[in-house]
Formats: sequence, C-alpha cells, structure tokens
Amino acid sequence: MKLEGEIRIPSGCAIAAVISRDGKKMTGKTAIDGISVMHDRSNGLGGGFAGYGIYPEYKDFYAFHLFYTDNDARVECEKYLKDSFEIVKSENIPIRKIPEITDVPLIWRYFVAPLSSVLSRLQLDEKEYVARTVMHINTRLRGCYVFSNGKNMGVFKAVGFPEDVGRFYRLEEYEAYCWTAHGRYPTNTPGWWGGAHPFALLDYSVVHNGEISSYDANRRFIEMFGYKCTLQTDTEVITYIADYLLRRQGLTLEETASVIAAPFWSTIEEKDEETAKKLSYLRTVFSSLLITGPFSIILGFEGGLMALNDRLKLRSMVVGEKDDKVFVASEEAALRAMEPNVQNIYAPMGGEPVIVKVKEGMY
Amino acid sequence: MMIINAQNVLFSELNKKIREADADCVLENCLGQRFIGSGMSGKKITINGVPGNALGAYLGSGTITVNGNAQDAVGDTMNNGEIIIHGNIGDAAGYAMRGGEIFVKGSAGYRAGIHMKEYKEKKPVIVIGERAGSFLGEYQAGGLIIVLGLQKDGKPTVGNFPCTGMHGGKMVIRGNTDSIRFPAQVSAKAAEESDMAEIMPYIEKFCALFGFEKEEILSSPFTVITPDSKNPYKQMYVAN
Repeated sequence: MKLEGEIRIPSGCAIAAVISRDGKKMTGKTAIDGISVMHDRSNGLGGGFAGYGIYPEYKDFYAFHLFYTDNDARVECEKYLKDSFEIVKSENIPIRKIPEITDVPLIWRYFVAPLSSVLSRLQLDEKEYVARTVMHINTRLRGCYVFSNGKNMGVFKAVGFPEDVGRFYRLEEYEAYCWTAHGRYPTNTPGWWGGAHPFALLDYSVVHNGEISSYDANRRFIEMFGYKCTLQTDTEVITYIADYLLRRQGLTLEETASVIAAPFWSTIEEKDEETAKKLSYLRTVFSSLLITGPFSIILGFEGGLMALNDRLKLRSMVVGEKDDKVFVASEEAALRAMEPNVQNIYAPMGGEPVIVKVKEGMY
Repeated sequence: MMIINAQNVLFSELNKKIREADADCVLENCLGQRFIGSGMSGKKITINGVPGNALGAYLGSGTITVNGNAQDAVGDTMNNGEIIIHGNIGDAAGYAMRGGEIFVKGSAGYRAGIHMKEYKEKKPVIVIGERAGSFLGEYQAGGLIIVLGLQKDGKPTVGNFPCTGMHGGKMVIRGNTDSIRFPAQVSAKAAEESDMAEIMPYIEKFCALFGFEKEEILSSPFTVITPDSKNPYKQMYVAN
C-alpha cells in the first residue's frame, strides 16, 4: 500500500464543531451526532476529532499521540523521546475493536515535558522545541507519526467513516469544552491514518473541507521556516501556516484570517484608509500565505475556535448557537443534529472569520 | 395525503417512498437527506425539517414546499415545476436552472442563480425575499432573478461581485442600488413599465405565498440589470 506523500491522486468533505463559551464539558457524542448526519459527504477513507480540555489531570504536559507501524518503531521513538523529555505517562490509547475500522496501527499516547536542561542548552522556548521534535519524528524516524501534541487536548483519527472512528476511540468517555470533527473524502492522496483530519501542531488543530490550489506556493514558503510538509495534504500546510502566523509572528486571529483569505484588492480599496493600509500590509508581507481555492476550515486552539471560508466561498459553512454553545458545520442539518433547537443560524461570508472564545478562566 | 417519517431514512429510500406514493407527500423530521424529489414530475411534496443538498435537482414538474430553511444547490438544473422555501436557502440556488420557479421568503447564500439559462419558452425564475450573497447571478445566461431586499437587519441586499460573467437573462433588484458595484459588462437601469409588467406576476405570487402586501413591495424603486452585448465579459479569476 502506498502512503500519504508517495502518490497524488487527482474532493467533498464534512466539518463540524461545538464549543461551550462557559467551558462546560461535553462528551464526544455531540460531535459524532453532527458529523454522522453528513455521512454522504465522506467516503470512508478518513474521519477524526479534536477535543479540547480532555486531559485536565495532565494539563501541564504535552499529550503526544502517535501511530507506529510496528513495535521496533515504537522502541526507537521512545528512546528518542526519553533523551530530551520527561515522560510522566505512556499508554496505549484505548480503542474499541469494531469491524468497520481495520488495519489498525499501534496507537500510543505520552504525556511529556521537555527537560529544562535541554531547553536552556538550546536556548529555545518550550513550544518551539516541541514543534521541532514533532517535525523530527515525522520526517526522520521510520514508521512513527505524531498526530497530536498539544496540552490538554487531543486528536483522534483513523481511516473509516467519522461516526465509526468516534466509536473506535470511545469518544463518549472523553469530556471537552470544544470538539471539532471531520469526515474525509480524499481527492489527492490515498487515505492513510496520518492523512485523516484534524491535523495538529501544538494546540492548533485544523479540519478542512475543500481543496486548495495554492498548496505548493504555501508549502515552499512555510518550509523555509522549519516546517516539513510530509503528506502532500493541503490541510497539513494550513495547520503550519496557522502556527507560523499565530505563534511565531504573533498575529491575531483576525489578522491571520486576512492573510489566508485576503480580500480582493478591489474590496480593500473600498475600506477606510487605516483598514485598507493594514489589509494591504498583510497581503503584501505574507503574499505567499494567501490560500486560494475552495476551503472551509475550523481551527481549534486552547480556549477557542475560528471558522473560516475561502474569500470566494466555494464551500458551504453555517453557524448557529444555543445558550452557551456555538455550533459550526458544513450543513444546517448537522447543526440541528447536534442541537435540535439551535438558533441564530447564519452562513458567514467568504473570508469572514467566526471566532468563538471560552470565557477567561473557564478552560 | 401521505405522511412519511423521514427520521433516519436514507435519501435513496426516502425518494423511493415519494416516487411510489400516489398522493401528495408530507415529509416529517427531515434532516439532511439529499436529492429529495430529484428528477421527479407531478408530485406535491411538503417538507418539515431541513432537506439536504440538491433539493429538487432536475425537477420535471410539480411543487416542493419547505416549511423552513433549505441547504445548498436547491433546484440544481431543474427543468420545470416550483420550489417554495419558507425560510432561507444555502449557496448555489437554482444552479444551471433551465425552467421552473424558485420562491424564497428569506435570504439566499452565495451564487444564487449561477449559470441559469433559457431557451424559447423555457425561462427559469428565482425570487428572493430578503438578501442574496456574493456572486449573485454568476455567469447568468438566461432567466430572471428578482431580489426584493425585504430584510430588516440593515445588511446590504446584494453581496460583492454580482453579475460576474453575466451574459444573458435579467436581474431585478428592489431598493437603492447605489452602493452595489456592478461589473463593466452589464447595464443597470431604473425599471420601465414593461419590466414591471414582466415581474408583476411573480411579485403577486410571492405576496400570496408568504403573506406580503403588494403595495408595500411596490413602494420602492426597482433596478433592472442586463448584460451589455457591446462590452462582453472577459475574466475575473485570473487577473485579480
């Protein structure tokens, strides 16, 4: 079997999310209900979820989720990790064996903290070191793939329909203040476990419906900054762009949206002088990070999410709310599957970010 | 009348039930099933809940009524008949529509009426009660799109880039259109008597369907947009 990155096959996907602004916890069932009503948008070649706030007892440690092809790969990777991290817990991620999910790799989870001696020697901050470690494992260690590495959050993904993936990972046993979900219909790659969504780096995770046409331009730019795109999957590059703009460049979420879904010059011209100046600046400085082609994405991060359509809005996305909760999905039916009494349903404009944050201190 | 509980029924099964019914159908608890009524003729289908994408695609004749919102690509390539939405519709409503009528009480998403076309007596019509998103009438090749701007939220009646690539048909927008930027290849003019006579039956039908007063709707000016054949459409997506 060929894996992601070895072949490109010349898409429809489904995305969904729920977040509680009060930080109230929900099991994975809500997200599964939302994504499963859009079953026909995916083809069984990938499904996944990200949950935020799921590891409160280990919230100060990076939660590494890994796929291994075999036990030798695991031994090799654990040896590498032990050199520079304190590993406070390592375990198999609990799964439920079901006939719908096959070819299961070894799936492990580690709660880790970088050793302070290593950080001071390299003069790196903690997050940068963790990100570099992930890039190293994913590109250099055979048969190892880190698919989640944030604090107090986790990605769960597999080849299969998303509702089956949710059952497989026993998501009803996790409680999160925010869930994102994805059903995959891969168009460019064969559909391997690592290529399912969400894609994650540190606490950023991305689910994506669409197919961006700027992949290679974006990839060439972002690889200059130490990111390694290994899977030829456009969502991977979007994840790294989010990390680069938000964490390393310190842009706000709104500014990040104005870079990746930059307004047309003709739209910028109509803005007031100060706004036009800022938008022109962002378009000019980060021109290689403009993402063209169809996308609707949900970016999860610690304490919130951002939903965004491409500027031409070539994919559908709707938002609704009920009490403390906000729901996002590719289809209104999914909003109603998550919350039958959902209110204030609307479709954001292309390039208009929808940013939802959990109240400070509630996550 | 036949009542069909659509809860957890697969779209293909649902369409089979509708096709086999020899009476009008009411679908209860509809949630996201696609292609409802697609390719059908002579049916009267009422939907409670949210129908999935491509509602009434290739519709041959008959009436589909949705007591709420509908999703994307309503009436995709429909040929005849009518689709009545007592709520809002998603993107690409009336995609490549060739005939028939779509009436929407609320707003439409992006690209309503994209590539509508007409031929002789086959002339599709879309009437949108409130707002329409960007790229309204994109590549419109025929037919009639009417946007009434009855929204009360203060947002603009039409989004960005209306009529991009329009090269046939007619669009009519109610209310002030000064802030709308139309592309160079179309002309926008105040509606004349003949234009009003052409749209009047659809205004009347809209009022009858959704309970509006004709006088109130006619109290605002109407603007008619048609392609200017002397200055044809060139491109948008490449030279941006």
